[in-house]
Amino acid sequence: MADEVKEQSNADVSEQNTEKTELAEGKKAIRVNVVADKNAGAKNFIVKFGIHTVCILLALLSIFPFWIMIVNSTRSTVQIQEHALSLIPSTYVIQNFQILTGKSFNPAVGLLNSLIISTGSTLLTVYFSSLTAYAMVAYDWKLKNAFFKFIIGVMMIPAQVTMIGFYQAVYAVGMTNKLSMLILPAIAAPATVFFMRQYLYPTLSMEIVQAARIDGAGEFRIFNTIVLPMMKPAIATQAIFCFVNSWNNLFTPLVLLTDSKKYTMPIMVSLLRGDIYKTEYGSVYMGLTLTVLPLIIIYLILSKYIIAGVALGGVKS
Amino acid sequence: MRKKKTGMVKYGKYGYIFSLPFAIAFLVFQLYPILFTAFIGFTDLKGVVPGEIHVLENPFENFQQVLTNPVFQGALGNTFLIWLCNFIPQLSLALLLTAWFTDRRWKLKGQGIYKVLIYMPNIITAATIAILFKSLFDYPVSPVNDILVKVGILKEAHNFLIGKGMARGLVAFIQFWMWYGYTMLILISGVLGINPEIFEAAEVDGASRWQVFWQITIPNIKTILLFTLVTSLIGGLNMFDIPKLFLLGGPDNATLTTSVFIYNQAFSGSYLYNRAAAASMIMFFIIMFFSSILFLLLREKDTDGKAKYTGVSKKSEKKGGEA
Repeated sequence: MADEVKEQSNADVSEQNTEKTELAEGKKAIRVNVVADKNAGAKNFIVKFGIHTVCILLALLSIFPFWIMIVNSTRSTVQIQEHALSLIPSTYVIQNFQILTGKSFNPAVGLLNSLIISTGSTLLTVYFSSLTAYAMVAYDWKLKNAFFKFIIGVMMIPAQVTMIGFYQAVYAVGMTNKLSMLILPAIAAPATVFFMRQYLYPTLSMEIVQAARIDGAGEFRIFNTIVLPMMKPAIATQAIFCFVNSWNNLFTPLVLLTDSKKYTMPIMVSLLRGDIYKTEYGSVYMGLTLTVLPLIIIYLILSKYIIAGVALGGVKS
Repeated sequence: MRKKKTGMVKYGKYGYIFSLPFAIAFLVFQLYPILFTAFIGFTDLKGVVPGEIHVLENPFENFQQVLTNPVFQGALGNTFLIWLCNFIPQLSLALLLTAWFTDRRWKLKGQGIYKVLIYMPNIITAATIAILFKSLFDYPVSPVNDILVKVGILKEAHNFLIGKGMARGLVAFIQFWMWYGYTMLILISGVLGINPEIFEAAEVDGASRWQVFWQITIPNIKTILLFTLVTSLIGGLNMFDIPKLFLLGGPDNATLTTSVFIYNQAFSGSYLYNRAAAASMIMFFIIMFFSSILFLLLREKDTDGKAKYTGVSKKSEKKGGEA
């Protein structure tokens, strides 16, 4: 009997003991978990800190060259010769501007010509690309699929490889130095047509078009008053990139324009590479700043749309 | 087709009418110039005021001349080398940033401002950037020399722009700097297009970040990666603004690309339009070869029915920028 009790109590004790150790182990485990979480948290913090550091450095790398440029555009050539790197602006803006414009660089002419060309080609590109895209989405015609394949096929042909023939043809009809030769080709922009078609295909509702037809609207009017407004988001994206591309284009204007009254902004910039500005450090930076500053300001205002536009499918044109 | 057939036939002619302006402009401003360029490649067209054009006795003479011209061979080599030296780091960094910015567990803050700033160089005029970098690295007076001397890394101003390797490296760096933000945005939009359930499943299974990235993210953006590769390559083959204005193709033709070669042959003093045309056609065929890959890619995507317009860079065509 006594033995039995003893045994039982022993068993109890041992049971209790195991319980205790289990409990202790559990606590330990919890503690280990907490420590691990803390470790992970700390590790996470360090990793995030590292990522932010890299991102901030990259962001600075994007800004820094432009910052130096803008600051140096306010400094005199003598100041730059002494210390080419400074983060603090000086007071030589007007002098630099006078030296700059006293030579071949004419920002007003460049700005005006670039505005005319960029605005003209942007309007033509978005309008006719939308129209062509509509033709491919709304109507059934025999050559439609062949036409679409053709557009994809020629989308990547760059201006560079066709320039010799283009220049010779333009030269033959005496149209070099005509801004129209830089604007009219914008009617045929295969990449923009492709983008517009991809946008319109899932969005266009033929029911609306049919309803308008019943109301007696002509096809052309339907496009202008119903379809075009529907395409606004795509048009906005394409317009921004078309404008920027046209604004930044150097190759075609450089080949076609020889008259300095017709120079675009990028050609004006290329003049800063010439010998007449060789030692005019301040005014070279001023010239560069004049071309960059409007772009940066517009970019920062529209950045939300531009970033979204690139992401939308990365169609840049 | 999801659209009703009724009424479509009657209106079919508008398909032709509405695409006519595009077709005419394309014929006049693109197709004719291409054919004319090809034709000039077989002729003796050169000189300031070109006279009558004759097809050469050996029509392929210009092509042979260009292909055996060591300057052209060098230019082709430079073009590929500079593209490669910018594309590998460009894609690597863009992928890294994409992995960081799309991480679902980190939910990184401040992404918007990083994206805006990292992408910014891409929209700035390449001509300006070329001359800006020339000014930044110039000899003897330049900000880079100034800081290196001030910090004590250099004893006196060093001419960075005289070494061939350094010059190529800098052109590649400028291209990299201008384009990694763009590539990053494209890749991020690709990753955001992946079905989130796949990532959730992987998280439940306890996959590590590394595993998720290599086994889920990368395979799912394969098409976009290939797309980026092809568009960047075609853009890189047309690189013009930066090599033309940064060091004018020098030193010793080290940064002379094929586009600059074509321009120089025709428009800066030698007026060898026929040689330039032949070189253009050679580049045309190289580009068409890579372009056909793109064609197959897009057509495949389109037949999926889920055609999501992936990156098509026309900027690269116009600017000769993307690389």
